[in-house]
Amino acid sequence: MSTLAVQKKNTRPVARAGRPAPELIFGDLWEFDPAPETADPKLKPRYDLFIGGEFVAPKSGKYFDTINPGNEQKLAEIALAGRDDVDAAYAAAQRAYDTVWARMPGRERAKYLFRIARLLQDRAREFAVAETLNGGKPIKESRDFDVPMAAAHFFYHAGWADKLEYVAPGRRAAPLGVVGQVIPWNFPLLMLAWKIAPALAMGNCVVLKPAETTSITCLKLGEILQDAGLPPGVVNFVTGAGETGAAVMGHPTPAKVAFTGSTEVGKIIMRSLAGTEKKMTMELGGKAANIVFDDAPLDQAVEGIVNGIFFNQGHVCCAGSRLLVHEPVAEQVLAKLKNRIRVLRVGDPMDKNTDVGAINSKPQLEKIAELVASGTKEGAEMFQPPCRLPTKGYYFRPTLFSGVSMSHRIAREEIFGPVLSILTFRTVDEAIEKANNTAYGLSAGVWTDKGSRILKMSVELKAGVVWANTYNKFDPTSPFGGYKESGFGREGGRQGLLDYCKLI
Amino acid sequence: MFVKSPQAALRRLFDEVGTVDCVGVEERVAKYTTRSIKKASKVWGLKKAVSMVDLTTLEGKDTPGKVASLCQKALQPHDPELGVPQVAAVCVYPAMVRHARRALGSDTGVRIASVATAFPSGQAPLKTRLAEVRAAVADGADEIDMVINRGAFLAGDFGEMQDEIAAVVAACGDAALKVILEVSELETFDNIRAASFLAMRVIREGDFIKTSTGKTSLNATLGNNQVMLEAIRDYYLDTGIAIGMKPAGGIRTAKQSLQFLTAVKETLGDAWLTNERYRFGASSLLNDLIRQLAKEKTGAYQAPYYFSEAAESY
Repeated sequence: MSTLAVQKKNTRPVARAGRPAPELIFGDLWEFDPAPETADPKLKPRYDLFIGGEFVAPKSGKYFDTINPGNEQKLAEIALAGRDDVDAAYAAAQRAYDTVWARMPGRERAKYLFRIARLLQDRAREFAVAETLNGGKPIKESRDFDVPMAAAHFFYHAGWADKLEYVAPGRRAAPLGVVGQVIPWNFPLLMLAWKIAPALAMGNCVVLKPAETTSITCLKLGEILQDAGLPPGVVNFVTGAGETGAAVMGHPTPAKVAFTGSTEVGKIIMRSLAGTEKKMTMELGGKAANIVFDDAPLDQAVEGIVNGIFFNQGHVCCAGSRLLVHEPVAEQVLAKLKNRIRVLRVGDPMDKNTDVGAINSKPQLEKIAELVASGTKEGAEMFQPPCRLPTKGYYFRPTLFSGVSMSHRIAREEIFGPVLSILTFRTVDEAIEKANNTAYGLSAGVWTDKGSRILKMSVELKAGVVWANTYNKFDPTSPFGGYKESGFGREGGRQGLLDYCKLI
Repeated sequence: MFVKSPQAALRRLFDEVGTVDCVGVEERVAKYTTRSIKKASKVWGLKKAVSMVDLTTLEGKDTPGKVASLCQKALQPHDPELGVPQVAAVCVYPAMVRHARRALGSDTGVRIASVATAFPSGQAPLKTRLAEVRAAVADGADEIDMVINRGAFLAGDFGEMQDEIAAVVAACGDAALKVILEVSELETFDNIRAASFLAMRVIREGDFIKTSTGKTSLNATLGNNQVMLEAIRDYYLDTGIAIGMKPAGGIRTAKQSLQFLTAVKETLGDAWLTNERYRFGASSLLNDLIRQLAKEKTGAYQAPYYFSEAAESY
């Protein structure tokens, strides 16, 4: 009875002849006024190194400028740490490890971690503004994601510090010693929390180098460590560029080094450390496949695709930068995506309504532009929404490439920018083959209504994280890390803790 | 043997129009709530929202007097100095339509909407429901708010549900129709999307789909508003027929209404930021909008009693 009637009613009126194809108008009928975040980031004109619990000038006396990529204005001067400074930092860390930190009962260490977490929450707005000024990410992301998540990592690991006898049942977990850590510029404060919270909970001491473009929140956290009364030398921050990083990674003192950054630099570090006793964890690049099947809820998949590639301007190692779409819905998904990114607001990172902020640095902007040019040259079709970009600062329009094939550079190389490469597939096997056909293996996404397919894909995809019907979800309890050239070792959860201890 | 259950009919419909993931919808709409709308854009949004209000009274104790004062409020929501526009319509029971017409007169920008079709349950014979629609139109209603046959939808009798809507369209004549899905009784976003399509396929350009009657526990939310806006968008891009949207019930504050309007702006675009295509079914919302407009003008919040806070006392 009903089916016949349905068929009758399904004969829709086709778009009437003579009428233009229906289009949506996303104009400026209701343009939002600027809504700048106004909290004071409390920046100092000059930041020194944080060694032995004190801010100390670099021995060379040299400083470099750090800027706001949103308007190219100078924010502060940052100390340039040389080899001597790195020596001093490791000496302070070793002293703290031998005399205080490793001997302290876990429940006492926990108190410091709780204190750091709470102090960070107290100053959340100030830190969010500093993070956005220095890194270019939209204020709503640093406010709603980076800072709260960094605090959550300290809370989580504070909770572990007095329960370490349960981390590996039947065995005793002992700290490694001093660890050297180098972090990237895409999530400066959050990566710092990922690195130092498990190290401290386990009883290790730390020498950490933030990225040269985004050192401010790291050094501001130094102030919090002082306020928390953390014993001097337990955590030391040395700032500078690649040379300083090499000194931190290559130093004889650390028992372990941990690195988050590009695969290229990761390989250099691994080569330089080959043959030593040092433990290593590497969290490197990615070229994640976000796979959309024809039975997926498409509007929500589109939302996940947008979240996957335009979150933090695509400066995310696990960004869903390759979209694999099932052929029957490819056209529909592309049309929906275009309409969705037309309403993304690109511009001043400090504006509370900004969805896509500034590219972190000029070299990064040039790299993105170069890869995008290669995409056009190699024959992929590009779409960019017609948004206005600020005249000063480093900005790049959200970009879609359709008609991409596996041999294109934009399908193989990590772009680390707001650029999505769209490929299609016909069968489940083809989707898996294409998704795994990459040197990387950090993350993947699967969009389908069929639960059994999700389970199958999560087994077949060679990726450290597989998200199902969502993307870019993080939690301190959940281990994060890669396969293949995306690195090794895990951060977060019990697995992350195990990478900071030796089992006896 | 093929399955002929209502569920099978629904599944076929979902296959055709697509499904909705509720976690994803909530994530999408949460972004509307973080939009920061200030200064001139806030004033524009507030005035636009006022112009979209269907000022509603749907109570057993409604009287001609109450309806007359509601109509006065609709014509002049506040001191003219504030520059508050008229609302889009008043919304009353069929028996009150002629009183509303008398209060508003015939030469007015405020339209008269009437709920009909045995609102809110719809549980009356079709003949009775259609007679009610015709009577309301004859008494002067410009718009009819009907309820769908939820029982038929849930039983998989989509043809019956659509035929009834088509019959109401015919009974409306020139009056615009708003089809109430009563989302709380459809329960899932999948059902809301599917029912939206069934309704849109039998109504005319300029007609509306509407979330709810306001008489059940759950009314308009950003989530079900979003699902229906996306259905309208997909139908429009497919056919070129622009259907309007009316969330009703539960929108009480100016801030909420700006979030709903942001959803319209970012989902359907500028062409729907008009009371010909978007309405708020509300009563107490109007005074909060006026209160916020006064605050934008004077820089200070006025006491509630300046605005006759309760919808009761219009």
